[in-house]
Amino acid sequence: MTQIKLTVNGGARSDEVEPRLLLIHYLRETLGLRAANVGCDTTSCGACTVLLDGESVKSCTVLAVQANDRSVTTTEGLVAEDGTMSAVQEAFRENHGLQCGFCTPGMVMAATSLLAENPHPTEQEVREGLEGNFCRCTGYHNIVQSVLGAAEKLSSTGSSATAESSTEVNA
Amino acid sequence: MIPASFDYEVAESAEHALSLLAEHGEDAKLLAGGHSLLPMMKVRLAQPAVLIDIARVAELSGIRIEGDEVVIGATTRHAELAGSDLLKAEAPVLAYAAAQVGDPQIRHRGTIGGSLAHADPSADLPMALLALGGSLEITGPSGVRVVGADDFFVGPFESVLGPDELLSAVRVPRGGAVPWGYQKFVRRANDWAIVGVAAYGGRVALASMGGTPLRATATEEALKSGASIEEAARLAAEGTSPGYDFHADVDYREHLARVLTKRALEGKTG
Repeated sequence: MTQIKLTVNGGARSDEVEPRLLLIHYLRETLGLRAANVGCDTTSCGACTVLLDGESVKSCTVLAVQANDRSVTTTEGLVAEDGTMSAVQEAFRENHGLQCGFCTPGMVMAATSLLAENPHPTEQEVREGLEGNFCRCTGYHNIVQSVLGAAEKLSSTGSSATAESSTEVNA
Repeated sequence: MIPASFDYEVAESAEHALSLLAEHGEDAKLLAGGHSLLPMMKVRLAQPAVLIDIARVAELSGIRIEGDEVVIGATTRHAELAGSDLLKAEAPVLAYAAAQVGDPQIRHRGTIGGSLAHADPSADLPMALLALGGSLEITGPSGVRVVGADDFFVGPFESVLGPDELLSAVRVPRGGAVPWGYQKFVRRANDWAIVGVAAYGGRVALASMGGTPLRATATEEALKSGASIEEAARLAAEGTSPGYDFHADVDYREHLARVLTKRALEGKTG
């Protein structure tokens, strides 16, 4: 077993883990954070996307030990303490950027990372920026509209897509 | 899918990584971004007893100029290559190739050293390095040796890197003004190339046309003797040995190599 210390959604965590434990399983099973999903389990579909030090990663292909001393954000961590959703989450709701909802947390995290790197993407850049995330309902049109809507919201408020709440982990 | 059990060691320096490799021998594997190794471990194609994490070794990361070369630390991630103003100015074909690897999440984790050591004949960075005529700095128990890209890849997923050695850096010539082109033919987003072509000056490298990334030598020779791009590109498949799969048969790959080589030599990207 290996000791890891990291920040998850703004809260400090310290756990003993098997080195082979994948980050997605650490988040879902050890911490009970169930927003990120296991989809393909082969680094393709993006349903398990979370932020590692603010950048999108596929947590099915990251070991929990690789997140030692780092900061992880899941979709749960985008919600402020008073329940206010992030601009990206709000834009997905307004634009109906989901159908069955399975890919949605991964889409939201990929979009959050994309907008942090490129705050004013074109529609083409949004499509390319989400190439690592599959929506098997094929609801891409509204997802792209949601990300463009989120970019607009963020530029009008002058805030950043990665603003992390201080919500403690509910685990 | 969960990898088989292994012990996990964190290297504090390149020297420490080498001593851990010496200690654990062939049972150990180096881990940087893990985006080639972990998928193989999850399906048990790889079952190392020990993983040595080199991702936190600062001296192995970064992009800098050294004389007439750009030196890139082995654990520099694809996203850093793709976004580097220095690399875009000095070796734009490599920055462009890095931006074609996988998807944004993969580029946030995968490293240039990992991709080269994995030696996938259909991958972007091995092909780009071969076109550039770059070299690889390999650190082992008896010091540093530098191997040219032409001599590094020896077979599918096989390189000259020994089990006690560490790929520490990648060197490419400074050549911001050299004409280049890059073609990657895929059917699906974030796939490997069905055929890929990178052109840099008079050098042409092919992906998915054999067991290793290959030089299109007949094309290069023709260009040297004054042939037109169109004439030279017709020779692109000569001396190659592509495989076949459900994406493409051999004839189709050879056809793609000729068409894509022409486009790459014309300086096109896509």
